[in-house]
Amino acid sequence: MRKIKYFEAIHEAHYQSMQADDNVIILGLGVPGPTGIFGTTKGLVDTFGKDRVLDMPSSEQGMTGVALGMTIAGYKPVMIHMRVDFSTLAMDQMVNQVAKWHFMYGGKMNAPIVFRMIIGRGWGQGPQHSQSLQAWFAHIPGFKVIMPTTAYDAKGMLISAIKDNSPVVIFEHRWLYNVDGIVPKDPYEVNLDKAKVMLEGNDITIVATSYMVLEALKAAELLSKHGIKSEVIDIRSIVPLDIDTIYTSVKKTRSLIVADTGTVNFGISAEIISRLIEMDHSLLNNLPKRIGLPFCPSPTSPSLAEKFFPRSKDIILAVCDILELDEKNVLVKESDSKHWHDVPDSSFTGPY
Amino acid sequence: MVDLINLFESMLRIRMVEETIAEKYSEQEMRCPTHFCLGQEAIPVGVSIHLRKADYVYSGHRSHGHYLAKGGSLKAMISEIYGKQTGCALGRGGSQHLNDLDAGFIASAPILGGTIPIAVGSVYSINSNVNDRVSVVYFGDGATEEGVFHEALNFASVKKLPVIFVCENNLYSVHSSFDVRQPKDRNISDIGPAHKIPSFRGNGNDIEEVMEIAGNAINTARDGGGPFLLEFMTYRWLEHCGPNEDLHLSYRTKEEMDEWLANCPIRLFENKLREKNILSDKIRVEIEEKISDEINSAFEYAKNSPFPDPQTLFNYTYPKN
Ligand SMILES: Cc1ncc(C[n+]2csc(CCOP(=O)(O)OP(=O)(O)O)c2C)c(N)n1
Ligand SMILES: [Mg+2]
Repeated sequence: MRKIKYFEAIHEAHYQSMQADDNVIILGLGVPGPTGIFGTTKGLVDTFGKDRVLDMPSSEQGMTGVALGMTIAGYKPVMIHMRVDFSTLAMDQMVNQVAKWHFMYGGKMNAPIVFRMIIGRGWGQGPQHSQSLQAWFAHIPGFKVIMPTTAYDAKGMLISAIKDNSPVVIFEHRWLYNVDGIVPKDPYEVNLDKAKVMLEGNDITIVATSYMVLEALKAAELLSKHGIKSEVIDIRSIVPLDIDTIYTSVKKTRSLIVADTGTVNFGISAEIISRLIEMDHSLLNNLPKRIGLPFCPSPTSPSLAEKFFPRSKDIILAVCDILELDEKNVLVKESDSKHWHDVPDSSFTGPY
Repeated sequence: MVDLINLFESMLRIRMVEETIAEKYSEQEMRCPTHFCLGQEAIPVGVSIHLRKADYVYSGHRSHGHYLAKGGSLKAMISEIYGKQTGCALGRGGSQHLNDLDAGFIASAPILGGTIPIAVGSVYSINSNVNDRVSVVYFGDGATEEGVFHEALNFASVKKLPVIFVCENNLYSVHSSFDVRQPKDRNISDIGPAHKIPSFRGNGNDIEEVMEIAGNAINTARDGGGPFLLEFMTYRWLEHCGPNEDLHLSYRTKEEMDEWLANCPIRLFENKLREKNILSDKIRVEIEEKISDEINSAFEYAKNSPFPDPQTLFNYTYPKN
């Protein structure tokens, strides 16, 4: 079985989608450039030319409208934002036009655009470069919103997203880019509406998005050494949300933690817990916990970022609280190192 | 009369500060994205020489030079980059969010074009001619592609506001060259006249030329004749973000780089001053030593300063009433 990295999986999905369909266009600042969006578009311009692998001015708003216009010309644009924060400049076109394009002309128009939004954390990205805005887009009817975690899903879900007739907003966590996984060479599709059980267990359900899935798996591994069996679910698709898979798990464990990369308040976790309770008010044996960003902007200083971005330690703490475990102190100690946690691994030396 | 040695010193100070940050960046204690302005030092110095303390200055991601030239505290800037509580934004913002109200440096922020309309609004006045403050906003060629740049120009022109829009055109936006982003035969300074804004273009590596163009604009705007758009041609020596060179990426050629290195704004001016016998080896060494001392003590101060207390994470999300 071939293993490649997450960023290589995205690259392969782009390559194969462009090969399969001449109407697929990729655009974004630096897309044909020498570093090619952290390697995900590198070299594509050599194969497909600069009219399909497009550089663009820093005109997020205008170029989103241009991308929508391109769909009328028959193209399928993939638009890339190196940070989701940059897409906030395009909110009018995205929210008022793209998301509603199919609906507001009675189903006669389609906006098959894929938006690749990169999110991240650490290395002092600060207030304007490390937001995680998936809940914004999930709040707008018309968008599909997905967050692939594994290299396998990164490829399969991007291929599906490009084929989809709806606008699809993909959130990719920068810290996943160098994580490898088994990825078949041939093109394949992964459904955009299914969560995935990553680890089975009976004691507690940890539902997570994107990089928080890795943090949850890390927490689960340590917990299992102390006899706690966690069930870890990768949500993968925020909209549409596969609540049934989550429900089935929680019905078994009766305990729930939701860990998201975004701000907790008014976020993904609130939606999940509400839906579960609406389905069955006696589902939980104990109070659920939400893990995500606290309600303040992302600070730059490492001393503050340390407390701002949740990691496996926080998940373990939450599990200990919910299950009233005595080993709390031991577990927390085992799960955390003394170094700053603002880099994905020690090979990372900045600037981003 | 402008003190030419002062000008030289200001440029050299920015250069030496940037070089020191670059040198120490690999120690991994400055844990935030940092954009260097090596090679672009003449523009902020040539502009700031005409500014008063009360005047406002705004910038984007590449803002160290703008901040220092306006009189922003070096200690507070270095501390900010180190993420310390003594930083100019109390460690909350880092290199990309400088601010020194005492010096009139109001804000820098990395979202492209973001501070351009803010600079406009900040000199809006209900009673016109209430003050003779001008507002300067620096931005790159890439930022002019944002709609907000054009919208800000339009409104500043409608209200005749004393704003000096200063574009530092270094030919690139990250790795994308000018010609894939903007029309070939149109200068950025051509955009102003469509908004009825007088606009000028000059060599941003020639401090005297910058000074002359900027002086004209600032003084006229101060007398109610604003706004102005200035485009200065220059070149970034290091990678887009970070302390290293980046010729290996081949988005620009060594020939192009060498040409601009030969056009070093500091060396050009230094040669002129030496020809006029204003600058000697002795004076240069004295200046360098003075700057080195200041830089050393700023770094020492920053390194010895405390980090923000994690318990204060929520501070400043909302102001007190
Ligand atoms: C709205 C927005 N889009 C994209 C970016 C990413 N970005 C940061 S700096 C930069 C290049 C800007 O080029 P320019 O304005 O010419 O300034 P320079 O870096 O050359 O000084 C880009 C694209 C951003 N910060 N904000
Ligand atoms: Mg530029």
